[in-house]
Formats: sequence, C-alpha cells, structure tokens
Amino acid sequence: MGQELINLFVRSIFIENMIFAYFLGMCSYLAVSKTVKTAVGLGIAVTFVLTITLPVNWLLENYVLKPGALAWLGEEFVDVDLSFLSFIMFIAVIASMVQLIEMIVEKFAPALYSALGIFLPLIAVNCSILGGSLFMQERAFGTIAEAVVYGIGSGVGWFLAIVAIAAIREKIRYSNVPAPLRGLGITFIITGLMGIAFMSFMGIKL
Amino acid sequence: MSTEVKQKESLFSKKNQRLLSDPFNDNNPITVQVLGICSALAITVKLEPAIVMSLSVMFVLAAGNVIISLIRNLIPNRIRIIVQLVVVASLVILVDQFLKAFAYDVSKQLSVFVGLIITNCIIMGRFEAFALGNGPWKAFLDGIGNSIGYGVILIAVAFFRELLGSGALLGFQVIPDSWYIANGGFYANNGFFLFPPMALIVVGLIIWAQRAKNTKLIEEN
Repeated sequence: MGQELINLFVRSIFIENMIFAYFLGMCSYLAVSKTVKTAVGLGIAVTFVLTITLPVNWLLENYVLKPGALAWLGEEFVDVDLSFLSFIMFIAVIASMVQLIEMIVEKFAPALYSALGIFLPLIAVNCSILGGSLFMQERAFGTIAEAVVYGIGSGVGWFLAIVAIAAIREKIRYSNVPAPLRGLGITFIITGLMGIAFMSFMGIKL
Repeated sequence: MSTEVKQKESLFSKKNQRLLSDPFNDNNPITVQVLGICSALAITVKLEPAIVMSLSVMFVLAAGNVIISLIRNLIPNRIRIIVQLVVVASLVILVDQFLKAFAYDVSKQLSVFVGLIITNCIIMGRFEAFALGNGPWKAFLDGIGNSIGYGVILIAVAFFRELLGSGALLGFQVIPDSWYIANGGFYANNGFFLFPPMALIVVGLIIWAQRAKNTKLIEEN
C-alpha cells in the first residue's frame, strides 16, 4: 500500500507532469512566469488548492455522483446515476474551496495572504485544478489516500515546472533572441524542450 | 454605407466586422492574448479531435457570451465568477452529453479535455473582457470570431502533427505507401511529432512566423 502511494507520488510529479505531459494550467504558467518570486507564490497556491480540492471531490464522486454512489441513503437510491452533474459539482467545489481558503488564509496567516495576493482567486479557473479532479474521476482511485497523494504530487510537479521556466526566462533576457520570437514564442519553444527532457522519465517503470 | 445613417447600427457594420476579423490575426486568442492554451495542445495529435474541439469551443463561447451579455446587468459584481462558471459548466455538460451520444469515439479520445473547456481561459477571458460590457449581438460575433481564431491555430497545429507524425490527414493516408522504407522507399514518419512537447514547439514556430509578418506584435523582451 505504502509503496503504491510512493509510486503514484513520483509518477504524478515527473512522468505525468501536469504541464509537460498534459499542458494543464498553461495560461497562468505563461502569464505569471516572468520572475521567480511570483512563480513560487503561484506554485505554492496551486499545490495547496490541489491538495485540498482533490480529496473533497473524491468524497463527492464516491458518495454522491457515481452510479450507485447514493446507496448509503437507502435501498431506493441504488439506481441513481448523477455522473452527468460532475463538471458543475467539481467546479462549484473548486470555486467555493478557493473562496474559503482565501478567507481562512486572510484571517489566520496575513503574511502568506499578502504573498499569495492576487493568485488565489485566479486559481479557480486554473485548468490544472479541475484537470486533477477529472483525472481522479477517470482513473477511479480506490482510496482517499490516493486522491490526496495525487493532489500533492501533481501540485509539486506544477510548482517545479513554473519555477524552472521562470528561472530560465529571467536569464534569457540577457541573450539575443530573434525579435519575432521574443517573449511568448521563445517561452513556448523552451517549454517544449523541457518537455522533451521530462520525456526521459517515461522510461522509468514504477 | 447607407445603413449607418440610421441611428441604430446595422448588423454587419464595419465595427461589427472587425469583431469577427480581429481575433484572426492581430488579436488572436492563442498567439497574442495567450488564452486557452491549456486544453488546446493535448488534443492536436490528430486532425479530427482538433476540429471537434474547435466546434465545441465555438458553441460554448458563442452561446455563453450571449447568455452572459443578456444577464450582465443582473449579476452582482462580487459573485460574477461563480455565475460565469455555472453558465459555462451547464453548456459544457450539454456538449459532453451530445458528444457521448453522437460521436462516442471522439469523445473517448478527448477524454477529460471536454470538461476542461470549463476552465479554458479563453471563455472566462472573453466573458470578463467583452460580454460583461456589450450587447448580445456583438457578444455573439465576438464569441464566433475568437473561437475561429482559436480553431485556426488548433487545426494548423494538428495538421502538421498528423501529416509529419503519421503521414495521414483525418485518418486517410496521404504519403504514398511505396515511399516508406519498409516498402523500399526513402521516407519514414517522424514519430516525435506524436509526443506532447512537439505541440508546444509547433505553436512556438507559428508564433514566430506570424510575428515575422506582423511586426507590430513583437514584444519588448
């Protein structure tokens, strides 16, 4: 059991990296990676929200939405299948969790709040968060522990990716990039090259 | 134009035409506004899912823009994100159920990426930037224009990846069989194009080509 969880953790960081394998969360990845400092802030916030929303959505999926999930209510609910509602439920959970986290952090950790600042509300529309929940649903994780580990792992993977690209972008300012490629274009190509590098992890059998 | 003399703007005035044509080049959602890349790149291995994805986004964006623009004066400012998410999520559920019913294979290929249209930044971005401040007809045109701009890039990337990666277009073999090394020819598919990182590099090259032609888009650094 423990070994399986470690496998899942390593796999979600390196082999199934949210950015390099699925391109999830690319919008904020490209927009907020100009300096390392802001990249670290957003990376921490994404990891945080993924770790909290995935188990909540796992509970929702397994006790409300899945075909037959409502069996705990009584005999007559065994045939109920609410899975068509999963998009709207997941996004509602994510949006409200983000709001809740924002309020809690503002009250109890003002320093962290000012560090994360504008990033928290933006996260509700970050594809990697909803993507994490949808992958959780598609792969049908058996236990809540798997959902938590997958959340932390994909968050850490996203964090690594955005901090790495921010560091490269800070350096690339000093080099002579062809004018039409400056800014967005070169960032795309660098991300592609980093993705190729990350592909070498695919050979690892866990 | 004679219709412009009237107080009301005609349906296809110059200004409205610009709403359609601007996102095509000068204000392309992917290569200039950097919106909607999230779910765009992973489904460009083949042409067919890319076309289905573009059509789905077009439906969601146009319909959502019209709905948001109709209720824009009723939404309290503080909760507008949640309202927008609910509108998009309901439209995406429609698309998802429709695809599952009528195009099951494609819907399996797209897997979670249909659901990810909800968080596609292009949709929230257009709602925030346009639909909240303009009437329904303009919002509709803006939605169509932006989704065409999005679809063009998506289809271009998928075209190159499918042609170079598997020698086919829309599943039909384009490169003649006799060219392949296995049949005594000289040609081999570049399997690398089927891997995710090549999508990023192809988009990077498209941006390069576009900005080399349209020099006012070049960034400072």
